[in-house]
Amino acid sequence: MEALDGNSIGGLLIDVFGAEMTAVIGTCGTCGDTGPVAELVVYRQAPGTVARCRVCGAILMVFVKVRSMTCVDLTGMARMDRPRAA
Amino acid sequence: MAGTALRGRLTWQAARVASLIRETASVCTIGLEPRDWAGHRAGQHLDVRLTAEDGYRAERSYSIASAPGEQLAITVERLEDGEVSPYLTEELQVGDELELRGPIGGYFVWEPGENSPLTLLAGGSGIVPLRSILRDRLRTGSDVPARLLYSSRTLPDVIYRDELGQQHDGVQVSYTLTRDQPPGWTGHTGRINADLLAEAAWPAAADPVAYVCGPTSFVETAAAGLVGLGYPPGRVKTERFGATGGP
Repeated sequence: MEALDGNSIGGLLIDVFGAEMTAVIGTCGTCGDTGPVAELVVYRQAPGTVARCRVCGAILMVFVKVRSMTCVDLTGMARMDRPRAA
Repeated sequence: MAGTALRGRLTWQAARVASLIRETASVCTIGLEPRDWAGHRAGQHLDVRLTAEDGYRAERSYSIASAPGEQLAITVERLEDGEVSPYLTEELQVGDELELRGPIGGYFVWEPGENSPLTLLAGGSGIVPLRSILRDRLRTGSDVPARLLYSSRTLPDVIYRDELGQQHDGVQVSYTLTRDQPPGWTGHTGRINADLLAEAAWPAAADPVAYVCGPTSFVETAAAGLVGLGYPPGRVKTERFGATGGP
């Protein structure tokens, strides 16, 4: 299965966070790389949705929908910051 | 404010299919009339949800093909093993209703006020959000110079061919055909590479911003190639569709 990127989970992220999140700057808790959530490597056909760091491959976000509840694991993500105004 | 969606939440809604345009043998543009649409930005996408009679649901994302202010439209490529795209491209009729939500995305978007030269790189149906950007540029009278390089398997697979063939001030369109070229073809051939990018993209010294959209392998090659030409990684915006098809 070929990977997508964080753009593809924009709708899911609005469901979870209540806001547009693809332009948010994430910091990997493993390697410290920073970049927009849109650039994360995303797999959508696992038992849930998995977003990995593009540099080191660490798992940053996992979303698993169980019936009507979405379980969220963000333990791999060190920070999420709003981008600076363009 | 009865009937208004909660701020910050996306709500599924029914949209009437207002028009269907056959773009290529496997690609169709669907004009949509949602009941409540706040407007979108060029480059954004929306989610479509189909529900089978037994309650099984399939959800897919499709880039918005129209410019802000135009009737909402998506362009869908039929995937042979797809769950959703064969229905959208072959069975859908004008007057049907589709369930959708959006607009979605805040990264792969272009604003008419931006004044950096545009390098647009499309692989296959990756042209769809870039077409929205080009239409928005035209509608808003932006004079930002734009260069589009569109990689397609064959000439008949080129989406929006007539529209892209129209001359507009400040827009240069070039093609590379990767699989088959018609007799007398004078455009580029073969997959995108560093030499082709150096010829078709704005030089980094022009301080361009790049939008790269298409199959994952295309985007990786194209984005790395631009960085190799000196584009700062933060000036190369990418959207990957996977092996093929929608984002």
